Amino acid sequence: MPRTIGLRVAPQLALLPAMLIALVVYCGTTGWTVWISLTNSRMLPSAVFVGLRQYASLFSNERWQVSVTNLAVFGGLFVLAALVLGFVLAVLIDQRIRGEDLLRSVFLYPFSMSFIVTGLAWRWILDPTLGIQKLLQDLGFTGARFDWLVQQNRVIYCLVFAAVWHAAGLVMAIMLAGLRGVDPEILKAARVDGLPMWRVYLQVIAPMLGGSFATATILLATSVVRLYDLSVAMTNGGPGIASEVPAKFVMDHLFERGNIGLATAAATSMLATIAAVVVPWMIWQQRARGGRHG
Amino acid sequence: MSAPNGRRPRRLTPQRIGLYAFLLIMAGFFLTPLYVMLVTSLKTMPEIRAGNLLGLPVSLNLDAWVTAWSRACTGLSCHGIQVGFWNSVRILVPSVIVSISVGALTGYCLSFWRPRGGELLFGLLIAVAFVPYQVFIYPLVRIFGQFGLNNSLAGIVLVHTMFGLPTMTLIFRNHFAGLPIELFKAARVDGAGFWRIFGEIMLPMAVPIIVVAMILQVTGIWNDFILGLVFAGRDNLPMTVQLNNVVNTTTGERSYNVDMAATLLTALVPLAVYFISGRWFVRGIAAGAVKG
Repeated sequence: MPRTIGLRVAPQLALLPAMLIALVVYCGTTGWTVWISLTNSRMLPSAVFVGLRQYASLFSNERWQVSVTNLAVFGGLFVLAALVLGFVLAVLIDQRIRGEDLLRSVFLYPFSMSFIVTGLAWRWILDPTLGIQKLLQDLGFTGARFDWLVQQNRVIYCLVFAAVWHAAGLVMAIMLAGLRGVDPEILKAARVDGLPMWRVYLQVIAPMLGGSFATATILLATSVVRLYDLSVAMTNGGPGIASEVPAKFVMDHLFERGNIGLATAAATSMLATIAAVVVPWMIWQQRARGGRHG
Repeated sequence: MSAPNGRRPRRLTPQRIGLYAFLLIMAGFFLTPLYVMLVTSLKTMPEIRAGNLLGLPVSLNLDAWVTAWSRACTGLSCHGIQVGFWNSVRILVPSVIVSISVGALTGYCLSFWRPRGGELLFGLLIAVAFVPYQVFIYPLVRIFGQFGLNNSLAGIVLVHTMFGLPTMTLIFRNHFAGLPIELFKAARVDGAGFWRIFGEIMLPMAVPIIVVAMILQVTGIWNDFILGLVFAGRDNLPMTVQLNNVVNTTTGERSYNVDMAATLLTALVPLAVYFISGRWFVRGIAAGAVKG
């Protein structure tokens, strides 16, 4: 029966682009990257297998160490601060206030803009010769110092600050959607019991928003690993190498420093870290789904 | 999103005043960068040096905007940020159309047809949504080189399609999976095939999700930096990359007013999408998120 055959062929045919992308782009290039990281490639790929030597030099590389530390500090502070600020804003906006729509728009608009724009804007505001420090000194506070952007051991907090500004509204929007799904009777009951509101939100409502917290955390965490544009626009890794991040390490070693062996070892390390988190999570999700069906 | 529960309290208690005060301070914090860039872009350079960051400009001076648009320099060429703007438009239009088409087709295929390898593909797509581009970039540059796709418009459109696929497939699959299966079965009984069901039944029912996909892709592709930097080539550099080059071109004195006008021009398209789409924007983010 030709029609049934046609019906079997058409879906496979329609899936072909996605299959090709998955096989060649996702799997193929990943395998290739891992392979290069095991060779002694420099400017050009070589086929000489050297085992884990690239990884040994990677982990003794000072710039990589700084990058990894920065990402850990940035990731922890950014996710935490964005979650807290986003949750607080959502709770406050949910208090039957005037101008809710306007405030929501104001808190969320940064998320629509690129990290390049975000980075440049905050770079100017935090620039000691142009921004807040100059403003304070011009106002007469001649001793005022606000120069974390040019301080090696402080600059990473400036990146966190800009990133929180960018993403807190996103968390707020997700949390607000969750809050609107909470049964109003719970709040009423708590009020009757005379519990202080902050405790109700912290101990009763927040645990009920587990799904919203998970969604927000996943979205934020994904942008942490990809952190690149913000560092480029805001500080270009500086001062010195103080605000370097792993993604930038890979890009610079691929395209500027001509050390693709080291770059691919770094990329593979990033992949391994993510896989260590995502793969167990996906298996767990799969199990949970399977359990529900069975 | 539904409205908050109950009625607005009529009396202004100290708590309410504190609540409004805090929210207003936060609003000020969120608006500061936009405000600073706007007022600075309207000032002259002597005014910027003399005055303060938050002060209003003495007069409405649009020179910096004109310079940013048509005369700002990247390296040796001084044709303004408009070059990047049009490059971004030329990248954006085909990328949005192609990536949404492939995503819609793949999502439809995975939700109704159970093709061979479909489950595996879907799992892979979700996993890839978490992987940073750095893992794929170098081999991809080599492969593109083989096909002469590096530094071409076709190449960057293809790249946006490849990396937009996980999110696009996810939102379309979820949408189609939510439709009643009877709809699909009835169409099959009537003798409609794979493509007719897609074109005549499923696509018309997917209009809201197509809008969501467009919001996601227009802002995502416009805001992209790294893919444009690597794959677009010097003649097609998107606006974000050109903006960064303009700001970092150090010939002569820094023109902060021009730099900030250029930055605002770059932010204009996603901001317009954001304010026009309103609550759809949030819907888009929620639909594109891999649920926990």
